[in-house]
Amino acid sequence: MTSILVARDAPPLLLHTLRLADTALVLGHRLSEWTGQAPMLEEELALANVALDLIGQARSLYAYAAELEGKGRTEDDLAYLRDAPEYRNLLIAEQPNGDFARTVLRQLLVSAFMLPYWHALTASRDETLAAVAAKAEKEVAYHLRHAGEWVIRLGDGTDESRSRMEDALDELWPFTGEMFETDESDRALIAGGFAPDPAALRPEWDATVARVFAEATLPVPQAGTWMQSGGRRGVHGEHLGHMLATMQHLPRAYPGAAW
Amino acid sequence: MYTQALNQKEAAAPATASEDAEAVARFEARVAAEDKIEPNDWMPEAYRRTLIRQISQHAHSEIIGMQPEGNWVTRAPSLRRKAALLAKVQDEGGHGLYLYAAAETLGVSREELSEQLLSGKAKYSSIFNYPTLTWADIGAIGWLVDGAAIMNQIPLCRTSYGPYARAMVRVCKEESFHQRQGYEIMLTLSRGTPEQKAMAQDALDRWWWPSLMMFGPPDGASQHTDTSMRWKIKRFTNDEIRQQFVDATVPQGHFLGLSFPDPALRLNEETGHWEFGVIDWSEFKAVLAGNGPCNRQRLRTRRQAHEGGAWVREAALAHAAKRRARKAAAPKLAAE
Ligand SMILES: [Fe+2]
Ligand SMILES: [Fe+2]
Repeated sequence: MTSILVARDAPPLLLHTLRLADTALVLGHRLSEWTGQAPMLEEELALANVALDLIGQARSLYAYAAELEGKGRTEDDLAYLRDAPEYRNLLIAEQPNGDFARTVLRQLLVSAFMLPYWHALTASRDETLAAVAAKAEKEVAYHLRHAGEWVIRLGDGTDESRSRMEDALDELWPFTGEMFETDESDRALIAGGFAPDPAALRPEWDATVARVFAEATLPVPQAGTWMQSGGRRGVHGEHLGHMLATMQHLPRAYPGAAW
Repeated sequence: MYTQALNQKEAAAPATASEDAEAVARFEARVAAEDKIEPNDWMPEAYRRTLIRQISQHAHSEIIGMQPEGNWVTRAPSLRRKAALLAKVQDEGGHGLYLYAAAETLGVSREELSEQLLSGKAKYSSIFNYPTLTWADIGAIGWLVDGAAIMNQIPLCRTSYGPYARAMVRVCKEESFHQRQGYEIMLTLSRGTPEQKAMAQDALDRWWWPSLMMFGPPDGASQHTDTSMRWKIKRFTNDEIRQQFVDATVPQGHFLGLSFPDPALRLNEETGHWEFGVIDWSEFKAVLAGNGPCNRQRLRTRRQAHEGGAWVREAALAHAAKRRARKAAAPKLAAE
């Protein structure tokens, strides 16, 4: 099957749904890369839990995106047969796992945003999105708690764990700005009551991060850090292509086969 | 269950001289009467040691077993399969956790057991020293390896040691789910494109004999069976369970339209059993001795994960200690 580019002028609701789905899948896939590598057995299970929640969210969202698109594509067509420039995930989601510090910090930064986001989306005029959001909100509350506990342990743990956490912060902070961006397509949905304005969620995100960092004895980076952007427009870093090459290998190698 | 190596060496020692004969007799009578032995009950030292070895070997197998299947998590060909495989590997980790917990009731620590695995002293099931080369291997493992594990484990739900028996009840439920899931992958592939069917056949060809070896050496060569049977740590002999497995599995393979890599395989109309060819025990011994295709890789990966996570575990301990110290220094604040 040839893949069909998501047109730049894709209907806002479709684009929005795909962005949420892609972020969930890419982040879930990243977490699944930890399988067999976690620092302790309990974390093996916990990371898998989070990954499974995110993959589950992605599946519901892809199914809805396919329906909105109306071209007969399936959740798997959307996940497996689009190339990197067609992906619309946040850049932070595709950042490599790095060490455990970077993985849990990435999870904290994303979950601290997604929790209020899903909560606000439960009030969407779109019933399907509102239903997905209601389920996701409960899941992300756990992700946030779990990641937050680890950021605190590692920030406040040993010299080594603290220095790794500082490196992770340095690496990931520039990707946090993108979460609050909006484009014309978003603004149409916000105005119509279909999606929340991410900028309005900023104070809650700031407060969550500040609370966790305070307990972790980590400094909140100065405002004014240069922020990276582009994932939501399909302009990604180099890592995503490799991730998709691995993930999409079988459906690409055996076109048309069902698994 | 993955305790094939158990039967290889070290016959269970007879009751040590210091053990009082009356206590041993009482214990044996309880076991014979199908009473469950609980952690605080008196038990012969050899019973305790045999159980620790068997349970920990089972736990190690669950943990090492996460690797061959984890190898396909990032390449699972659909989102449904990806989620199912990740959940399965997670289940195996969970099995490891509660088996370690059951072993701990016998007076060993998880750290000690994990150390034995990492040092190469402890055994785990040899089946996991084979590589997963294609997606069909994920189907074959679920169908055959989890299938063989269930055959072994169902009798263990009635094993004499209470915590082990209870852990097995929970494990068995999940293993039978894994087995169905694996078979369903095989069914999809064997009903799929010619390439997919070839993939399924190739996986069966590679996993069939190693699966039969999972039940351990033939009864004549197994040294542990007598004592373990009397103590109801084991309930059937290796050959009995192997035959049960073959009888259940061969028709399933034929339903898939696949053939078994054994020209001697035939149904004995009189006994109703599937007779099979001679197992190559030299391969079994070679893998057990560390010369399987993946022995070194599996252990290296486990060691790397363990060593790579040391700083995380240390940080968690350091943070917990700091918290306690802060609480102690500010008792009023903590009480508020
Ligand atoms: Fe298991
Ligand atoms: Fe299993």
